[in-house]
Amino acid sequence: MNSATVLALLAAGTYALRLAGPIFHRRLQLSERTTRLLGALATVLLAALAATAALTQGHHLADWERPAGVLVGVTLAARRMPLPVVVIGTAATTALLRLLFVP
Amino acid sequence: MSSLCRTLGRTLGRPTLADIALVCAADAVVGATFGAVAVAGGLPAWLPIAMSVLVFAGGAQIAAVGVLVAGGGVVAAVATGLALNTRLLPYSLAVSDVLDTGRWWTRLLGAHLVVDESVAFALRQDDARRRRAAYWLTGVSLFVCWNAAVVLGALVAGTLGNPDTFGLDAVFPAVMVALILPGLSGDRRLRTAAVLGALLAVAATPVLPAGLPLLLAPVALVVVLRKGSGDSAVLSDPFVPSDSVVLSDAVAPSDAAPIHPAPGSADPDPDPEPADR
Repeated sequence: MNSATVLALLAAGTYALRLAGPIFHRRLQLSERTTRLLGALATVLLAALAATAALTQGHHLADWERPAGVLVGVTLAARRMPLPVVVIGTAATTALLRLLFVP
Repeated sequence: MSSLCRTLGRTLGRPTLADIALVCAADAVVGATFGAVAVAGGLPAWLPIAMSVLVFAGGAQIAAVGVLVAGGGVVAAVATGLALNTRLLPYSLAVSDVLDTGRWWTRLLGAHLVVDESVAFALRQDDARRRRAAYWLTGVSLFVCWNAAVVLGALVAGTLGNPDTFGLDAVFPAVMVALILPGLSGDRRLRTAAVLGALLAVAATPVLPAGLPLLLAPVALVVVLRKGSGDSAVLSDPFVPSDSVVLSDAVAPSDAAPIHPAPGSADPDPDPEPADR
């Protein structure tokens, strides 16, 4: 139920944003400041989501293997590796650590 | 079909076609992971699949599913996804000349293909015909690759057993950081806001209902912007003074092209390993 609602609202809202071009054509221009603010808002939300997803599980701290893998992924990303490399490096690290340390 | 390929090849040039293929392949890896992680996180397989077709925006899909998997509410999931997708509005304006041709239904269809990659490839072309070709080719190819990969990932995930064994739970946070890193470099105040928002959200997780901690992050942004300067300048860089939406007929289309690093999926500006041919 929740999932369907999220899907419907996200799809409708996203399509509405995409229609701006065809509807307004050249009559609408966002100022640079507005554009930047929107970008900044998305950035802080993503940072918070990444941090909670990396470090917490439910209302508790996650096991350490997950943030360790994330750390490797972030390091790869900071070295400008392509996204698939980040994905594989992250998953492989966490999987390997679990294989080694989880009984 | 092959004549279509030849025509596109002549219009866009082989290097561009190769770049587009590379971006599709990279996005397919991310899409398959998205499908797998969503199903592994306990969501029904139809959700990531339907979401990929109907939302078709990698970053927002990953973020919304991330919130749902963490047990967050509808508001947090939709707000996060839509906040990410606000960039599609300036994108859509930037390619409005491409979207403004053809019948009404091609316009409606074309609008759905506004993503980081299609806009980036379109804006790199110098004349209208090439812009249109690049936009449609990138958009349609990505739509096909992305959705096929998500279906594959969602179906395979069901057969994997415990997905944590494969470290899939670590993938989303890493991808999210990868998406915001380029935007964070060179902007100290945005970095501060991002770190503060992340700390707030993690600190609040034990005490607040799932999903709500996330919504503390915009508070961090407001605090940093307020504190950072008495004047109304936002973030480090200088701004155009007016902050309202400007309605005017005289807009150079290239002005409305703020292609910032892609919370979409793969880097739309690939450095495809020069591979010394």
